[in-house]
Amino acid sequence: MHVNLFDPYQSGKSIIHSMDPRAKLVVTILFILSNAFLPDGAWLAFLFSWGMVLFAGGLAGLGPFYPLKRSFIALPFFLAGISAIFAVPGRAIGFLDMGPWRLVATDTGILRFASIVARSWISVQMAILLTATTQFPDIVHALRHLKVPQILVSIIVFMYRYLFVLIDEAVRLLRARQARSAQSTSGTGGGSIRWRARVTGNMAGQLFLRSYERSERVYAAMLSRGYQGQLLTLNPHEWHLKDWLLSCLAILLLFLFQWIARI
Amino acid sequence: MIPVTPLIKPIHLHIPDGFLSLPIAVLFWILSILFILLAVRRTQREFGERQVPLMGVMAAFIFAAQMINFPVAGGTSGHLLGGVLAAVILGPWAGMLVMTSVVAVQALLFQDGGLLVMGANIFNMGILTALIGYGLHHGVAGKDRSIRLAVTGLAAWLSVIAGALATSLQVWLSGSALLQVIIPAMLGVHALIGIGEALITVAALSFILQVRPDLITPNPQSNHRRGWVAVGFLVSLVVLLLAPLASANPDGLERVAIDLGFYRQGQDPLYQIFPDYTLPGLGETPLSTIFAGVLGALFVAGITVLFTKVLRQPKKT
Repeated sequence: MHVNLFDPYQSGKSIIHSMDPRAKLVVTILFILSNAFLPDGAWLAFLFSWGMVLFAGGLAGLGPFYPLKRSFIALPFFLAGISAIFAVPGRAIGFLDMGPWRLVATDTGILRFASIVARSWISVQMAILLTATTQFPDIVHALRHLKVPQILVSIIVFMYRYLFVLIDEAVRLLRARQARSAQSTSGTGGGSIRWRARVTGNMAGQLFLRSYERSERVYAAMLSRGYQGQLLTLNPHEWHLKDWLLSCLAILLLFLFQWIARI
Repeated sequence: MIPVTPLIKPIHLHIPDGFLSLPIAVLFWILSILFILLAVRRTQREFGERQVPLMGVMAAFIFAAQMINFPVAGGTSGHLLGGVLAAVILGPWAGMLVMTSVVAVQALLFQDGGLLVMGANIFNMGILTALIGYGLHHGVAGKDRSIRLAVTGLAAWLSVIAGALATSLQVWLSGSALLQVIIPAMLGVHALIGIGEALITVAALSFILQVRPDLITPNPQSNHRRGWVAVGFLVSLVVLLLAPLASANPDGLERVAIDLGFYRQGQDPLYQIFPDYTLPGLGETPLSTIFAGVLGALFVAGITVLFTKVLRQPKKT
């Protein structure tokens, strides 16, 4: 099995794909920042903001709703935000008794919760679009141009390179465990919880040793190829007129959304 | 069948964008950046040019190890978060760098956790875990094997609790949750998740101690040992005191937060940190609040730098 399947990159030749990764990363971060600045209940601005994601998704040739389809990952965390309904004082709408406390749901609380969900959901969609149209090494390379420490960037490059190798390794370990243990109908797979946890811990330890030894081999191989503590790259990143135009357009739109939210 | 979902969602501590107010997000970015910069320098000194391949492969290892799960009951399963294991095996600074890379890749590649709030996620899952894990483990470094394993297990459990507590407090201070709901919910779930974390961490460490003890022998010439132990115990103590306080007496904690000026109910959270603080010429604008937040963060950062200076001093003697 090849775990490259997980890579969210969707190859293509659109104007968004060919945009400079730095421009895309900066615009994405500014977009998320802009959403954070939109006040609670600025629905029109949220709508326009989402429209920008849809438009960019369409431009990228992925279809406007592609990011939406993949955006349900942040959903579990929304549970934590539900309590915001009770957190903000305002006009009482209903209440819920919970142990010693009486939680009062307010209209401003509901507004807050809905705004958090909107902000979060729109932001994650833009981030999805970024990874769908930019290869990960390019994103990391952009980080380096944005003054993230070189070493951290190199570590992330390496991590990405070996991620799929080690996931394959982990999948092999899981398959081996499955092949050697019959599964009871209760779904617990035999043995007490402690025993099961120990087996799992042994697998993690085994994976660590394999990884550690692999890192030593990798280092030896790098040395033999002339590594001197610097990673070199061959793909040049160049700003074109198009990158300037698209970035400026995006930033202009973001200011427009802020204005719409405040009129 | 190969479990695929755990790869995407190992543990629900990854805060998405939109849940933290800007001042809180900026504050934790600055804190995390400070720790990361220190960690980069320290690991460079310790590992030299071996640093990049070792840290990179180890980060990939933690990511892959988070996939390995075991069934607990009722369709739920236990996972490894890995922060304590990384800090114990590789040392605190390397552990922080490895977990930072893991959190960064999870956010950038899989959208697990937001970009603007990544500083908070790094702090909760990489820095707190390393401080607790390495500090407690190092406190019993010379002791019996079983004691070391037990303490490491405790540290692993505590690190998950600490992450959950920090996450809850950040979300609450941002005005995105109610304290008396989020604390019991988060701590309750993670007290259970922490048991899985502890069991796996202990088993993995015991396996590595058996097969390659040379990799984990504590650094004998480590002079900052006492500093790390002190920090580890301090952080653990704060978590142990704060967690029951917050769940039993949220009103009390709210009182403290209000008195300290961190939280004022009834206002937009964006304007809550340093409520009276406005910068001349900027007035009550979001920009002014951001500057106020940054100033507050710099203040905390100054304390942190002083703290690490104190930590570093024993080395010179």
